[in-house]
Amino acid sequence: MAEKELNSDYFIKHHLQNLTFGQCSDGKWRFADGHINLGAEHTAHQEKEGYTCDPKEMGFNAIHVDTMLMSFLLGGLFCFLFWSVARKASVTSPSKLQNAIEYAFDFVRSGVSDTFVPKGNKIIGPLALTTITWVLLMNIMDLLPVDLVPWIANGFQSSTEHGWVHYFKVLPVADINAPAGMALGVAILIHYYSIKEKGVGGFISELTLQPLGKWAIPFNMIVEIPGFYAKQAALALRLYGNLFAGEMIFILIACLYIYSAELFQAGILSQSIMWGIVGILLQIVWAIFHVLIIALQAYVFMILTVVFLNQAHETHH
Amino acid sequence: MEETLPLIAGALMTGMGAIGGAIGVGLAASKYIEGIARQPELQAYLLGQFFIMMALIDALPIISLAFGLIQLFG
Repeated sequence: MAEKELNSDYFIKHHLQNLTFGQCSDGKWRFADGHINLGAEHTAHQEKEGYTCDPKEMGFNAIHVDTMLMSFLLGGLFCFLFWSVARKASVTSPSKLQNAIEYAFDFVRSGVSDTFVPKGNKIIGPLALTTITWVLLMNIMDLLPVDLVPWIANGFQSSTEHGWVHYFKVLPVADINAPAGMALGVAILIHYYSIKEKGVGGFISELTLQPLGKWAIPFNMIVEIPGFYAKQAALALRLYGNLFAGEMIFILIACLYIYSAELFQAGILSQSIMWGIVGILLQIVWAIFHVLIIALQAYVFMILTVVFLNQAHETHH
Repeated sequence: MEETLPLIAGALMTGMGAIGGAIGVGLAASKYIEGIARQPELQAYLLGQFFIMMALIDALPIISLAFGLIQLFG
């Protein structure tokens, strides 16, 4: 690829693109091209090769490889870590890691027993522990520098020009699919427990007969059904929105380095260094503030899962 | 005109959502301070509850901010 001008617009678009694997226009399965956001180069490639690999044209079967890889990797890490500590757990001389995991376990248990009323449910505790730990691990990926993982994956070269990993978003929750998948799992559990505890009739009557009684069924449905599904959709959107906005601000701060590099190329050394230092400081400040959001969103996701499942068990009369 | 409209839309999305969130967090914070003043021993418990509420209130402005940033830069 020829000398490419450092361009903040291109840089932002590049970092909002997932590494996508899917069916190209000639029917074969490939990774998406590295220049789909560059209009002219994209059309030139299409004329030369006779096919395009644009995630927008792949449709439903486009697989976001980076999201899948990172989330499964972190889920596996969580399972392995807890399993290995539980296997070697010791009462007399607990290791530091065991203490940390016991603290996390107690934290989740107190949170669940405070909010979840029904007794004898075997799934809610493990579910809450999995949710908070997995979401927390995925959120922590936000603190990695935006270019670090693509840079390593390409053999320590810039992902914009070299290597086959054109895109790699390290933060799975900044892709709507990961939080939406988790919220879908929670939605399935809400429906399952609603129908199990109240029966199909009870579940439907809760959605249709609620505020005003049976003479106002259309009104009740308009009030209840959107509320019931909006809270499940909001569960996904809350996590996605917070982490995506945080990632976006990291990317925007990283654009300061582009400005700094432009000044460096123009030979204005003092201003270049100044903008570089401003970028570093802003990134540190935002990262420190963002740690709060990361932990809080993981906790809120867990506690809302528990609250929604508790509501699914409640019977109103 | 045609090019500026998406920019105005993005600016409104990032900005207007924050107004409601700011009012909501302000109300929650003032009640939190009142609660501490009335019962100082509940400070730690109220702080936890306040943070949960703040995260819930923050959600809509943040979603609006995220989609506004997509509109502006994506």
